[in-house]
Amino acid sequence: MNPVATTAAQKSASRDYTLDLARVRADFPIIGRQVHGSTLVYLDSAATSQKPQAVIDAIVNFYRHTNANVHRGVYALSAQATDLYEGARTKVAHFINAERTDEIIFGRNATEAINLVAQSWGPANLKAGDEILLSEMEHHSNLVPWFLLAKRTGAVIRYLPIHADGTLAMESWEERFTVRTRLVAITHTSNVLGTINPIADIVGRAHRAGALVLVDAAQGAPHCAIDVQALDVDFLAMSAHKMLGPTGVGVLYGKQEHLDKMEPVLGGGDMIRSVKFTGATWNELPWKFEAGTPNIAGVIGYGAAVDYLVSLGMDNIRRHEVDLAGYALERMQQIDSFEIYGPLDPEKRAGVIAFNDTQIHPHDLATILDRKGVAIRAGHHCAQPLLERLGQTATARASFYVYNGRDDVDTLIEAIIEARKFMGRA
Amino acid sequence: MSTDHINKNDVELDALYRDTVLDHFRSPRGRKTLDRVDLTRLGHNPVCGDHLSLSLKFDGDRIADLAVETKGCAISVASGSMLAEMIGGMTKDEALKLAETFRAVMHGQPAPKDFDLGDLDSLEGVKNFPVRVKCALLAWMTLLDALSGKTDEQGVTVTED
Repeated sequence: MNPVATTAAQKSASRDYTLDLARVRADFPIIGRQVHGSTLVYLDSAATSQKPQAVIDAIVNFYRHTNANVHRGVYALSAQATDLYEGARTKVAHFINAERTDEIIFGRNATEAINLVAQSWGPANLKAGDEILLSEMEHHSNLVPWFLLAKRTGAVIRYLPIHADGTLAMESWEERFTVRTRLVAITHTSNVLGTINPIADIVGRAHRAGALVLVDAAQGAPHCAIDVQALDVDFLAMSAHKMLGPTGVGVLYGKQEHLDKMEPVLGGGDMIRSVKFTGATWNELPWKFEAGTPNIAGVIGYGAAVDYLVSLGMDNIRRHEVDLAGYALERMQQIDSFEIYGPLDPEKRAGVIAFNDTQIHPHDLATILDRKGVAIRAGHHCAQPLLERLGQTATARASFYVYNGRDDVDTLIEAIIEARKFMGRA
Repeated sequence: MSTDHINKNDVELDALYRDTVLDHFRSPRGRKTLDRVDLTRLGHNPVCGDHLSLSLKFDGDRIADLAVETKGCAISVASGSMLAEMIGGMTKDEALKLAETFRAVMHGQPAPKDFDLGDLDSLEGVKNFPVRVKCALLAWMTLLDALSGKTDEQGVTVTED
Protein backbone atom coordinates (compact mmCIF):
# COMPACT_ATOMS: atom_id res chain seq x y z
CA MET A 1 0.00 0.00 0.00
CA ASN A 2 1.41 3.39 -0.85
CA PRO A 3 1.62 6.21 1.75
CA VAL A 4 -1.15 8.25 0.14
CA ALA A 5 -3.54 5.33 0.33
CA THR A 6 -2.68 4.68 3.98
CA THR A 7 -3.48 8.27 4.86
CA ALA A 8 -6.78 8.05 3.07
CA ALA A 9 -7.69 4.83 4.88
CA GLN A 10 -6.89 6.38 8.24
CA LYS A 11 -8.96 9.41 7.39
CA SER A 12 -11.95 7.23 6.67
CA ALA A 13 -11.56 5.42 9.99
CA SER A 14 -11.74 8.61 12.01
CA ARG A 15 -15.11 9.82 10.72
CA ASP A 16 -18.44 10.18 12.44
CA TYR A 17 -19.04 6.47 12.86
CA THR A 18 -17.29 3.47 14.34
CA LEU A 19 -15.95 0.93 11.92
CA ASP A 20 -12.43 -0.30 12.47
CA LEU A 21 -11.47 -1.06 8.90
CA ALA A 22 -8.23 -2.86 9.76
CA ARG A 23 -10.06 -5.19 12.15
CA VAL A 24 -12.87 -5.81 9.69
CA ARG A 25 -10.39 -6.65 6.95
CA ALA A 26 -8.62 -9.06 9.27
CA ASP A 27 -11.93 -10.90 9.67
CA PHE A 28 -12.07 -11.68 5.91
CA PRO A 29 -9.46 -14.25 4.93
CA ILE A 30 -9.78 -13.49 1.19
CA ILE A 31 -8.94 -9.82 1.68
CA GLY A 32 -5.20 -9.55 1.18
CA ARG A 33 -4.83 -12.33 -1.37
CA GLN A 34 -2.85 -11.67 -4.51
CA VAL A 35 -4.30 -11.47 -8.01
CA HIS A 36 -1.89 -11.15 -10.95
CA GLY A 37 0.80 -10.07 -8.50
CA SER A 38 -1.23 -7.31 -6.87
CA THR A 39 -3.27 -7.30 -3.68
CA LEU A 40 -6.93 -7.96 -4.46
CA VAL A 41 -9.17 -4.90 -4.38
CA TYR A 42 -12.63 -6.44 -4.43
CA LEU A 43 -15.21 -4.00 -5.79
CA ASP A 44 -17.98 -6.39 -6.81
CA SER A 45 -19.88 -6.93 -3.57
CA ALA A 46 -23.13 -6.06 -5.32
CA ALA A 47 -22.67 -9.33 -7.22
CA THR A 48 -21.68 -11.29 -4.14
CA SER A 49 -20.00 -10.30 -0.90
CA GLN A 50 -16.93 -11.87 0.63
CA LYS A 51 -17.33 -14.01 3.76
CA PRO A 52 -15.90 -13.37 7.21
CA GLN A 53 -14.15 -16.19 9.06
CA ALA A 54 -17.11 -16.38 11.47
CA VAL A 55 -19.38 -17.47 8.61
CA ILE A 56 -16.88 -19.96 7.24
CA ASP A 57 -16.39 -21.35 10.75
CA ALA A 58 -20.12 -21.69 11.34
CA ILE A 59 -20.49 -23.80 8.20
CA VAL A 60 -17.40 -25.91 8.83
CA ASN A 61 -18.29 -26.44 12.48
CA PHE A 62 -21.78 -27.52 11.58
CA TYR A 63 -20.47 -30.20 9.23
CA ARG A 64 -17.74 -31.23 11.69
CA HIS A 65 -19.78 -31.35 14.87
CA THR A 66 -23.53 -31.06 14.40
CA ASN A 67 -24.47 -32.39 10.96
CA ALA A 68 -27.87 -34.10 10.91
CA ASN A 69 -31.15 -33.47 9.16
CA VAL A 70 -33.57 -31.04 10.76
CA HIS A 71 -37.13 -31.48 12.06
CA ARG A 72 -36.82 -35.25 11.95
CA GLY A 73 -34.55 -37.19 14.26
CA VAL A 74 -35.34 -37.87 17.89
CA TYR A 75 -31.64 -38.07 18.63
CA ALA A 76 -29.56 -35.27 20.11
CA LEU A 77 -27.66 -34.44 16.94
CA SER A 78 -30.81 -33.75 14.94
CA ALA A 79 -32.26 -31.69 17.76
CA GLN A 80 -29.06 -29.60 17.87
CA ALA A 81 -29.07 -29.13 14.09
CA THR A 82 -32.72 -28.07 14.28
CA ASP A 83 -31.95 -25.60 17.06
CA LEU A 84 -29.16 -24.03 14.99
CA TYR A 85 -31.30 -23.89 11.85
CA GLU A 86 -34.32 -22.40 13.62
CA GLY A 87 -31.99 -20.14 15.63
CA ALA A 88 -30.85 -18.59 12.35
CA ARG A 89 -34.48 -17.93 11.47
CA THR A 90 -34.91 -16.05 14.73
CA LYS A 91 -31.77 -14.00 14.01
CA VAL A 92 -33.06 -13.05 10.58
CA ALA A 93 -36.48 -12.16 12.00
CA HIS A 94 -34.83 -9.82 14.51
CA PHE A 95 -32.53 -8.42 11.82
CA ILE A 96 -35.45 -7.06 9.79
CA ASN A 97 -37.71 -6.67 12.83
CA ALA A 98 -40.34 -9.13 11.67
CA GLU A 99 -43.20 -9.51 14.13
CA ARG A 100 -42.98 -13.31 14.07
CA THR A 101 -40.24 -15.80 13.21
CA ASP A 102 -42.66 -17.88 11.12
CA GLU A 103 -42.83 -14.99 8.68
CA ILE A 104 -39.28 -15.87 7.58
CA ILE A 105 -39.18 -18.44 4.76
CA PHE A 106 -35.81 -19.83 3.70
CA GLY A 107 -35.16 -20.61 0.05
CA ARG A 108 -32.27 -20.45 -2.36
CA ASN A 109 -32.01 -16.71 -3.01
CA ALA A 110 -34.00 -13.49 -3.43
CA THR A 111 -34.96 -14.61 -6.94
CA GLU A 112 -36.65 -17.72 -5.59
CA ALA A 113 -38.39 -15.66 -2.91
CA ILE A 114 -39.90 -13.35 -5.54
CA ASN A 115 -40.88 -16.31 -7.69
CA LEU A 116 -42.62 -17.89 -4.70
CA VAL A 117 -44.88 -14.87 -4.34
CA ALA A 118 -45.43 -14.63 -8.11
CA GLN A 119 -46.37 -18.31 -8.37
CA SER A 120 -48.36 -18.69 -5.16
CA TRP A 121 -49.93 -15.33 -4.35
CA GLY A 122 -50.14 -14.29 -8.00
CA PRO A 123 -52.59 -16.69 -9.67
CA ALA A 124 -54.84 -16.71 -6.59
CA ASN A 125 -55.16 -12.94 -6.51
CA LEU A 126 -54.81 -11.64 -10.06
CA LYS A 127 -57.35 -11.72 -12.85
CA ALA A 128 -56.84 -10.81 -16.48
CA GLY A 129 -56.46 -7.05 -16.73
CA ASP A 130 -55.27 -6.62 -13.14
CA GLU A 131 -52.04 -4.69 -12.95
CA ILE A 132 -48.61 -5.13 -11.40
CA LEU A 133 -46.58 -1.96 -10.99
CA LEU A 134 -42.80 -2.32 -11.29
CA SER A 135 -40.11 0.30 -11.89
CA GLU A 136 -37.69 0.93 -14.73
CA MET A 137 -34.74 0.12 -12.48
CA GLU A 138 -35.60 -3.48 -11.62
CA HIS A 139 -33.16 -6.38 -11.76
CA HIS A 140 -34.26 -9.27 -13.99
CA SER A 141 -35.17 -11.16 -10.82
CA ASN A 142 -37.93 -8.64 -10.14
CA LEU A 143 -39.08 -8.51 -13.76
CA VAL A 144 -39.16 -12.00 -15.22
CA PRO A 145 -41.22 -13.68 -12.43
CA TRP A 146 -43.92 -11.07 -13.12
CA PHE A 147 -43.65 -11.59 -16.88
CA LEU A 148 -44.33 -15.29 -16.25
CA LEU A 149 -47.25 -14.43 -14.00
CA ALA A 150 -48.67 -11.97 -16.54
CA LYS A 151 -48.50 -14.65 -19.22
CA ARG A 152 -50.30 -17.09 -16.94
CA THR A 153 -53.04 -14.77 -15.69
CA GLY A 154 -53.42 -12.05 -18.33
CA ALA A 155 -52.28 -9.46 -15.81
CA VAL A 156 -50.74 -6.26 -17.16
CA ILE A 157 -47.33 -4.90 -16.15
CA ARG A 158 -46.71 -1.19 -15.81
CA TYR A 159 -43.61 0.72 -14.86
CA LEU A 160 -42.79 3.66 -12.68
CA PRO A 161 -40.29 5.70 -14.71
CA ILE A 162 -37.01 7.14 -13.49
CA HIS A 163 -35.56 10.62 -13.73
CA ALA A 164 -32.32 11.38 -15.56
CA ASP A 165 -30.50 11.33 -12.20
CA GLY A 166 -31.67 7.76 -11.56
CA THR A 167 -34.28 8.52 -8.92
CA LEU A 168 -37.87 7.28 -9.17
CA ALA A 169 -40.31 9.66 -10.83
CA MET A 170 -42.85 9.54 -8.00
CA GLU A 171 -44.82 12.33 -9.68
CA SER A 172 -45.86 9.69 -12.24
CA TRP A 173 -47.44 7.57 -9.51
CA GLU A 174 -51.02 8.76 -10.09
CA GLU A 175 -50.72 7.98 -13.78
CA ARG A 176 -49.07 4.56 -13.45
CA PHE A 177 -50.89 3.27 -10.36
CA THR A 178 -54.48 2.61 -11.45
CA VAL A 179 -57.64 1.15 -9.97
CA ARG A 180 -56.51 -2.21 -11.37
CA THR A 181 -53.11 -2.21 -9.63
CA ARG A 182 -53.00 -5.14 -7.17
CA LEU A 183 -49.29 -5.32 -6.44
CA VAL A 184 -46.29 -3.02 -6.47
CA ALA A 185 -42.99 -4.91 -6.74
CA ILE A 186 -40.01 -2.64 -6.36
CA THR A 187 -36.37 -2.75 -5.48
CA HIS A 188 -35.20 -1.20 -2.23
CA THR A 189 -31.86 -0.25 -3.79
CA SER A 190 -30.92 -0.35 -7.46
CA ASN A 191 -28.01 -2.68 -8.25
CA VAL A 192 -26.96 -0.33 -11.07
CA LEU A 193 -27.92 3.21 -10.09
CA GLY A 194 -27.45 2.74 -6.37
CA THR A 195 -30.69 4.65 -5.87
CA ILE A 196 -32.43 3.99 -2.55
CA ASN A 197 -36.16 4.13 -3.16
CA PRO A 198 -38.78 5.76 -0.88
CA ILE A 199 -40.28 2.46 0.26
CA ALA A 200 -42.39 3.84 3.13
CA ASP A 201 -43.97 6.39 0.79
CA ILE A 202 -44.67 3.72 -1.85
CA VAL A 203 -46.18 1.35 0.72
CA GLY A 204 -48.41 4.12 2.08
CA ARG A 205 -49.72 5.02 -1.37
CA ALA A 206 -50.25 1.37 -2.38
CA HIS A 207 -51.99 0.39 0.86
CA ARG A 208 -54.35 3.34 0.78
CA ALA A 209 -55.52 1.97 -2.58
CA GLY A 210 -55.67 -1.64 -1.37
CA ALA A 211 -52.61 -2.96 -3.23
CA LEU A 212 -49.79 -5.01 -1.71
CA VAL A 213 -46.08 -4.22 -1.90
CA LEU A 214 -43.19 -6.60 -2.45
CA VAL A 215 -39.71 -5.20 -1.87
CA ASP A 216 -36.63 -6.69 -3.51
CA ALA A 217 -34.07 -6.03 -0.77
CA ALA A 218 -31.24 -8.07 -2.29
CA GLN A 219 -29.17 -4.87 -2.57
CA GLY A 220 -30.75 -2.99 0.32
CA ALA A 221 -30.66 -5.42 3.23
CA PRO A 222 -26.85 -5.86 3.21
CA HIS A 223 -26.21 -2.14 3.47
CA CYS A 224 -28.70 -0.47 5.80
CA ALA A 225 -31.13 -1.27 8.57
CA ILE A 226 -34.50 -2.49 7.33
CA ASP A 227 -37.55 -2.63 9.57
CA VAL A 228 -40.36 -4.50 7.83
CA GLN A 229 -42.91 -3.46 10.44
CA ALA A 230 -42.03 0.22 10.25
CA LEU A 231 -42.06 0.08 6.46
CA ASP A 232 -45.23 -2.05 6.61
CA VAL A 233 -44.16 -4.05 3.52
CA ASP A 234 -46.17 -7.13 2.63
CA PHE A 235 -43.29 -9.16 1.19
CA LEU A 236 -39.54 -8.67 1.20
CA ALA A 237 -36.83 -10.74 -0.50
CA MET A 238 -33.15 -11.05 0.45
CA SER A 239 -30.13 -13.08 -0.64
CA ALA A 240 -27.71 -14.27 2.05
CA HIS A 241 -24.67 -14.24 -0.23
CA LYS A 242 -24.84 -10.50 -0.78
CA MET A 243 -24.80 -9.90 2.99
CA LEU A 244 -21.69 -11.86 4.02
CA GLY A 245 -23.51 -15.22 4.07
CA PRO A 246 -23.09 -18.24 1.83
CA THR A 247 -24.57 -18.73 -1.64
CA GLY A 248 -27.69 -20.84 -1.94
CA VAL A 249 -29.71 -19.20 0.83
CA GLY A 250 -32.39 -16.57 0.44
CA VAL A 251 -35.28 -15.25 2.48
CA LEU A 252 -38.86 -14.41 1.78
CA TYR A 253 -40.40 -12.30 4.50
CA GLY A 254 -44.17 -12.17 4.26
CA LYS A 255 -46.84 -10.93 6.60
CA GLN A 256 -48.47 -13.89 8.28
CA GLU A 257 -51.93 -12.84 7.06
CA HIS A 258 -50.74 -13.26 3.45
CA LEU A 259 -48.57 -16.33 3.90
CA ASP A 260 -51.37 -18.17 5.73
CA LYS A 261 -53.65 -17.86 2.72
CA MET A 262 -51.02 -18.83 0.15
CA GLU A 263 -50.67 -22.31 -1.32
CA PRO A 264 -47.25 -23.95 -1.37
CA VAL A 265 -45.41 -23.93 -4.69
CA LEU A 266 -43.17 -26.91 -4.00
CA GLY A 267 -44.47 -30.14 -2.53
CA GLY A 268 -42.42 -32.76 -0.72
CA GLY A 269 -41.01 -33.66 2.63
CA ASP A 270 -41.10 -31.31 5.61
CA MET A 271 -43.84 -29.12 4.13
CA ILE A 272 -46.70 -31.50 4.98
CA ARG A 273 -48.68 -32.23 8.10
CA SER A 274 -49.99 -35.56 6.91
CA VAL A 275 -49.95 -37.44 3.64
CA LYS A 276 -52.44 -40.13 2.63
CA PHE A 277 -52.82 -41.91 -0.68
CA THR A 278 -55.69 -39.57 -1.36
CA GLY A 279 -53.90 -36.30 -0.62
CA ALA A 280 -52.05 -34.21 1.92
CA THR A 281 -52.47 -31.36 4.33
CA TRP A 282 -49.88 -28.66 4.69
CA ASN A 283 -47.54 -28.01 7.56
CA GLU A 284 -47.84 -24.67 9.33
CA LEU A 285 -45.74 -21.61 8.60
CA PRO A 286 -42.93 -21.30 7.77
CA TRP A 287 -42.31 -24.94 6.85
CA LYS A 288 -45.28 -25.03 4.46
CA PHE A 289 -43.00 -23.25 1.99
CA GLU A 290 -39.79 -25.17 2.72
CA ALA A 291 -40.21 -28.48 0.91
CA GLY A 292 -37.39 -31.00 1.13
CA THR A 293 -34.19 -30.87 3.13
CA PRO A 294 -33.13 -27.22 3.20
CA ASN A 295 -29.62 -25.77 2.92
CA ILE A 296 -29.05 -26.37 6.63
CA ALA A 297 -25.37 -25.46 6.79
CA GLY A 298 -25.99 -22.44 4.57
CA VAL A 299 -28.80 -21.14 6.75
CA ILE A 300 -26.63 -21.58 9.85
CA GLY A 301 -23.81 -19.73 8.07
CA TYR A 302 -26.29 -17.00 7.21
CA GLY A 303 -27.20 -16.73 10.89
CA ALA A 304 -23.50 -16.12 11.62
CA ALA A 305 -23.42 -13.46 8.88
CA VAL A 306 -26.38 -11.68 10.46
CA ASP A 307 -24.62 -11.80 13.84
CA TYR A 308 -21.54 -10.29 12.24
CA LEU A 309 -23.51 -7.48 10.58
CA VAL A 310 -25.30 -6.73 13.86
CA SER A 311 -21.96 -6.63 15.69
CA LEU A 312 -20.67 -4.00 13.23
CA GLY A 313 -23.97 -2.12 13.41
CA MET A 314 -26.05 -1.49 10.29
CA ASP A 315 -25.96 2.26 10.86
CA ASN A 316 -22.14 2.17 11.01
CA ILE A 317 -22.09 0.15 7.79
CA ARG A 318 -24.38 2.68 6.14
CA ARG A 319 -22.27 5.65 7.27
CA HIS A 320 -19.11 3.89 6.08
CA GLU A 321 -20.61 3.32 2.64
CA VAL A 322 -21.94 6.87 2.37
CA ASP A 323 -18.39 8.00 3.03
CA LEU A 324 -16.94 5.64 0.41
CA ALA A 325 -19.58 6.47 -2.20
CA GLY A 326 -19.13 10.19 -1.59
CA TYR A 327 -15.37 9.91 -1.94
CA ALA A 328 -15.59 7.73 -5.07
CA LEU A 329 -18.14 10.04 -6.71
CA GLU A 330 -15.98 13.05 -5.92
CA ARG A 331 -12.92 11.46 -7.49
CA MET A 332 -14.80 10.10 -10.51
CA GLN A 333 -16.29 13.51 -11.25
CA GLN A 334 -12.75 14.86 -11.57
CA ILE A 335 -12.08 12.54 -14.53
CA ASP A 336 -13.04 14.02 -17.88
CA SER A 337 -15.18 12.07 -20.37
CA PHE A 338 -16.58 10.00 -17.53
CA GLU A 339 -20.25 9.17 -17.11
CA ILE A 340 -21.69 8.29 -13.72
CA TYR A 341 -25.17 6.79 -13.47
CA GLY A 342 -27.49 7.38 -10.54
CA PRO A 343 -27.77 10.14 -7.94
CA LEU A 344 -24.60 12.09 -7.17
CA ASP A 345 -25.66 12.72 -3.57
CA PRO A 346 -24.21 9.83 -1.52
CA GLU A 347 -27.03 10.19 1.03
CA LYS A 348 -29.51 9.18 -1.67
CA ARG A 349 -27.70 6.11 -2.85
CA ALA A 350 -25.84 2.98 -1.86
CA GLY A 351 -22.17 2.20 -2.38
CA VAL A 352 -22.72 0.74 -5.83
CA ILE A 353 -21.66 2.99 -8.68
CA ALA A 354 -22.13 2.25 -12.38
CA PHE A 355 -20.02 4.34 -14.68
CA ASN A 356 -18.63 4.51 -18.17
CA ASP A 357 -15.31 5.82 -19.27
CA THR A 358 -16.27 7.11 -22.69
CA GLN A 359 -12.75 6.34 -23.89
CA ILE A 360 -12.68 2.68 -22.87
CA HIS A 361 -15.34 0.02 -23.23
CA PRO A 362 -16.26 -1.44 -19.80
CA HIS A 363 -15.00 -4.91 -20.75
CA ASP A 364 -11.60 -3.61 -21.74
CA LEU A 365 -11.54 -1.58 -18.54
CA ALA A 366 -12.49 -4.59 -16.40
CA THR A 367 -9.82 -6.74 -18.04
CA ILE A 368 -7.10 -4.12 -17.55
CA LEU A 369 -8.15 -3.39 -13.96
CA ASP A 370 -8.14 -7.10 -13.18
CA ARG A 371 -4.46 -7.19 -14.12
CA LYS A 372 -3.96 -4.71 -11.27
CA GLY A 373 -5.92 -6.91 -8.89
CA VAL A 374 -8.97 -4.62 -9.05
CA ALA A 375 -12.19 -6.63 -9.47
CA ILE A 376 -15.06 -4.63 -10.98
CA ARG A 377 -18.14 -5.74 -12.88
CA ALA A 378 -18.75 -4.96 -16.55
CA GLY A 379 -21.94 -5.70 -18.43
CA HIS A 380 -25.67 -5.17 -18.13
CA HIS A 381 -25.87 -6.18 -14.46
CA CYS A 382 -29.01 -8.25 -15.11
CA ALA A 383 -30.96 -5.05 -15.69
CA GLN A 384 -31.16 -4.89 -19.48
CA PRO A 385 -34.31 -2.71 -19.62
CA LEU A 386 -32.64 -0.15 -17.34
CA LEU A 387 -29.48 -0.17 -19.45
CA GLU A 388 -31.63 0.40 -22.52
CA ARG A 389 -33.31 3.27 -20.70
CA LEU A 390 -29.84 4.71 -20.00
CA GLY A 391 -28.93 4.27 -23.68
CA GLN A 392 -26.14 1.83 -22.86
CA THR A 393 -25.46 -1.81 -23.65
CA ALA A 394 -22.94 -2.18 -20.85
CA THR A 395 -21.42 -0.22 -18.01
CA ALA A 396 -18.60 -0.71 -15.56
CA ARG A 397 -19.65 -0.98 -11.92
CA ALA A 398 -17.77 -0.69 -8.66
CA SER A 399 -19.52 -1.65 -5.43
CA PHE A 400 -18.31 -1.29 -1.87
CA TYR A 401 -18.83 -3.10 1.38
CA VAL A 402 -17.53 -3.23 4.92
CA TYR A 403 -14.02 -4.37 3.95
CA ASN A 404 -13.45 -1.57 1.44
CA GLY A 405 -11.78 1.71 2.31
CA ARG A 406 -10.87 4.99 0.68
CA ASP A 407 -7.56 3.38 -0.25
CA ASP A 408 -9.50 1.00 -2.51
CA VAL A 409 -11.18 3.96 -4.20
CA ASP A 410 -7.73 5.50 -4.74
CA THR A 411 -6.46 2.26 -6.27
CA LEU A 412 -9.52 2.12 -8.54
CA ILE A 413 -9.09 5.68 -9.78
CA GLU A 414 -5.35 5.27 -10.33
CA ALA A 415 -5.96 2.04 -12.24
CA ILE A 416 -8.58 3.73 -14.44
CA ILE A 417 -6.16 6.53 -15.26
CA GLU A 418 -3.42 4.01 -16.04
CA ALA A 419 -5.82 2.01 -18.19
CA ARG A 420 -6.55 5.13 -20.21
CA LYS A 421 -2.88 5.72 -20.80
CA PHE A 422 -2.44 2.10 -21.81
CA MET A 423 -5.35 2.07 -24.28
CA GLY A 424 -4.61 5.57 -25.55
CA ARG A 425 -0.94 4.94 -26.21
CA ALA A 426 0.36 6.11 -29.55
CA MET B 1 5.24 -0.35 -27.20
CA SER B 2 4.98 2.05 -24.31
CA THR B 3 3.43 0.14 -21.46
CA ASP B 4 5.34 1.53 -18.51
CA HIS B 5 2.25 3.03 -16.96
CA ILE B 6 0.45 -0.26 -16.46
CA ASN B 7 1.87 -3.31 -14.65
CA LYS B 8 5.43 -3.58 -15.73
CA ASN B 9 6.17 -6.73 -17.67
CA ASP B 10 2.51 -7.64 -18.06
CA VAL B 11 3.26 -9.46 -21.25
CA GLU B 12 -0.16 -11.10 -21.37
CA LEU B 13 -1.95 -7.75 -21.30
CA ASP B 14 0.43 -6.38 -23.93
CA ALA B 15 -0.32 -9.43 -26.06
CA LEU B 16 -4.07 -8.86 -25.66
CA TYR B 17 -3.97 -5.24 -26.74
CA ARG B 18 -1.29 -5.29 -29.45
CA ASP B 19 -0.75 -2.10 -31.43
CA THR B 20 -2.38 -3.70 -34.46
CA VAL B 21 -5.50 -4.42 -32.39
CA LEU B 22 -5.67 -0.86 -31.07
CA ASP B 23 -5.18 0.51 -34.59
CA HIS B 24 -8.19 -1.46 -35.85
CA PHE B 25 -10.17 -0.45 -32.76
CA ARG B 26 -9.48 3.26 -33.28
CA SER B 27 -10.09 3.25 -37.03
CA PRO B 28 -12.41 0.33 -37.75
CA ARG B 29 -12.53 -0.71 -41.39
CA GLY B 30 -15.77 -1.53 -43.14
CA ARG B 31 -17.96 1.21 -41.71
CA LYS B 32 -19.76 2.19 -44.86
CA THR B 33 -23.02 1.91 -46.74
CA LEU B 34 -23.17 -0.57 -49.62
CA ASP B 35 -24.91 0.31 -52.86
CA ARG B 36 -26.53 -3.12 -52.75
CA VAL B 37 -26.90 -5.56 -49.86
CA ASP B 38 -27.48 -9.23 -50.63
CA LEU B 39 -27.23 -10.60 -47.11
CA THR B 40 -27.31 -9.04 -43.67
CA ARG B 41 -26.80 -10.73 -40.35
CA LEU B 42 -26.65 -9.36 -36.83
CA GLY B 43 -24.36 -10.66 -34.13
CA HIS B 44 -24.97 -10.23 -30.43
CA ASN B 45 -23.02 -11.10 -27.35
CA PRO B 46 -25.67 -11.02 -24.63
CA VAL B 47 -23.25 -11.28 -21.73
CA CYS B 48 -21.24 -8.26 -22.88
CA GLY B 49 -23.91 -6.39 -24.79
CA ASP B 50 -21.74 -6.24 -27.92
CA HIS B 51 -23.65 -5.76 -31.19
CA LEU B 52 -22.46 -6.29 -34.72
CA SER B 53 -24.06 -5.82 -38.11
CA LEU B 54 -22.59 -7.57 -41.14
CA SER B 55 -23.75 -6.75 -44.68
CA LEU B 56 -22.51 -8.64 -47.70
CA LYS B 57 -22.69 -7.96 -51.41
CA PHE B 58 -21.92 -10.87 -53.72
CA ASP B 59 -20.65 -11.16 -57.23
CA GLY B 60 -21.59 -14.75 -57.99
CA ASP B 61 -19.76 -16.84 -55.43
CA ARG B 62 -17.42 -14.04 -54.51
CA ILE B 63 -17.83 -11.46 -51.72
CA ALA B 64 -17.70 -8.32 -53.82
CA ASP B 65 -18.02 -5.88 -50.92
CA LEU B 66 -19.03 -5.79 -47.29
CA ALA B 67 -19.84 -3.48 -44.43
CA VAL B 68 -19.24 -4.15 -40.74
CA GLU B 69 -20.46 -2.07 -37.83
CA THR B 70 -19.51 -3.17 -34.32
CA LYS B 71 -20.55 -1.63 -31.03
CA GLY B 72 -18.48 -3.19 -28.33
CA CYS B 73 -15.10 -3.61 -26.72
CA ALA B 74 -11.73 -3.09 -28.39
CA ILE B 75 -11.35 -6.80 -29.12
CA SER B 76 -14.73 -7.23 -30.82
CA VAL B 77 -14.40 -3.98 -32.80
CA ALA B 78 -10.85 -4.85 -33.92
CA SER B 79 -11.84 -8.36 -34.92
CA GLY B 80 -14.80 -7.05 -36.94
CA SER B 81 -12.52 -4.52 -38.60
CA MET B 82 -10.03 -7.23 -39.55
CA LEU B 83 -12.85 -9.27 -41.02
CA ALA B 84 -13.93 -6.29 -43.09
CA GLU B 85 -10.39 -5.85 -44.37
CA MET B 86 -9.74 -9.51 -45.12
CA ILE B 87 -12.73 -11.17 -46.72
CA GLY B 88 -13.54 -8.70 -49.49
CA GLY B 89 -12.84 -10.50 -52.79
CA MET B 90 -12.81 -13.97 -51.22
CA THR B 91 -15.07 -16.76 -52.39
CA LYS B 92 -17.58 -18.00 -49.85
CA ASP B 93 -15.47 -21.13 -49.32
CA GLU B 94 -12.31 -19.13 -48.75
CA ALA B 95 -14.07 -16.91 -46.22
CA LEU B 96 -15.58 -19.93 -44.46
CA LYS B 97 -12.14 -21.57 -44.30
CA LEU B 98 -10.64 -18.41 -42.77
CA ALA B 99 -13.44 -18.12 -40.20
CA GLU B 100 -13.17 -21.82 -39.23
CA THR B 101 -9.41 -21.58 -38.93
CA PHE B 102 -9.55 -18.47 -36.75
CA ARG B 103 -12.19 -20.07 -34.55
CA ALA B 104 -9.99 -23.14 -34.09
CA VAL B 105 -6.99 -20.95 -33.22
CA MET B 106 -9.05 -19.03 -30.65
CA HIS B 107 -10.07 -22.34 -29.12
CA GLY B 108 -6.45 -23.25 -28.61
CA GLN B 109 -5.56 -25.21 -31.73
CA PRO B 110 -2.30 -24.36 -33.50
CA ALA B 111 -2.61 -22.34 -36.69
CA PRO B 112 -2.10 -24.56 -39.75
CA LYS B 113 1.28 -24.18 -41.43
CA ASP B 114 1.35 -21.91 -44.46
CA PHE B 115 -2.06 -20.48 -43.57
CA ASP B 116 -1.96 -16.70 -43.53
CA LEU B 117 -4.08 -15.24 -40.73
CA GLY B 118 -2.90 -11.74 -41.54
CA ASP B 119 -3.72 -9.18 -38.83
CA LEU B 120 -5.69 -11.85 -37.00
CA ASP B 121 -2.32 -13.05 -35.70
CA SER B 122 -2.40 -10.01 -33.45
CA LEU B 123 -5.47 -11.43 -31.67
CA GLU B 124 -3.63 -14.56 -30.61
CA GLY B 125 -3.13 -13.13 -27.13
CA VAL B 126 -6.88 -13.29 -26.53
CA LYS B 127 -6.45 -17.04 -25.93
CA ASN B 128 -4.96 -16.20 -22.52
CA PHE B 129 -8.19 -14.44 -21.56
CA PRO B 130 -10.85 -17.14 -21.99
CA VAL B 131 -13.77 -14.82 -21.12
CA ARG B 132 -12.74 -12.55 -23.99
CA VAL B 133 -12.56 -15.22 -26.71
CA LYS B 134 -16.22 -14.67 -27.55
CA CYS B 135 -15.41 -10.99 -28.18
CA ALA B 136 -12.81 -11.95 -30.80
CA LEU B 137 -15.17 -14.45 -32.39
CA LEU B 138 -18.37 -12.40 -32.60
CA ALA B 139 -17.76 -11.15 -36.15
CA TRP B 140 -16.50 -14.50 -37.38
CA MET B 141 -19.34 -16.54 -35.90
CA THR B 142 -21.77 -14.09 -37.49
CA LEU B 143 -20.02 -14.56 -40.82
CA LEU B 144 -20.09 -18.36 -40.47
CA ASP B 145 -23.83 -18.28 -39.82
CA ALA B 146 -24.43 -15.87 -42.68
CA LEU B 147 -22.47 -17.90 -45.23
CA SER B 148 -23.84 -21.26 -44.14
CA GLY B 149 -27.33 -19.93 -44.75
CA LYS B 150 -28.37 -20.24 -41.14
CA THR B 151 -31.75 -18.69 -40.58
CA ASP B 152 -33.02 -18.80 -37.06
CA GLU B 153 -36.06 -17.04 -35.74
CA GLN B 154 -34.39 -13.74 -35.02
CA GLY B 155 -31.57 -13.89 -37.55
CA VAL B 156 -29.06 -13.07 -34.85
CA THR B 157 -25.86 -14.92 -34.11
CA VAL B 158 -25.40 -15.20 -30.39
CA THR B 159 -21.98 -15.91 -28.96
CA GLU B 160 -21.68 -17.29 -25.49
CA ASP B 161 -19.10 -19.43 -23.82
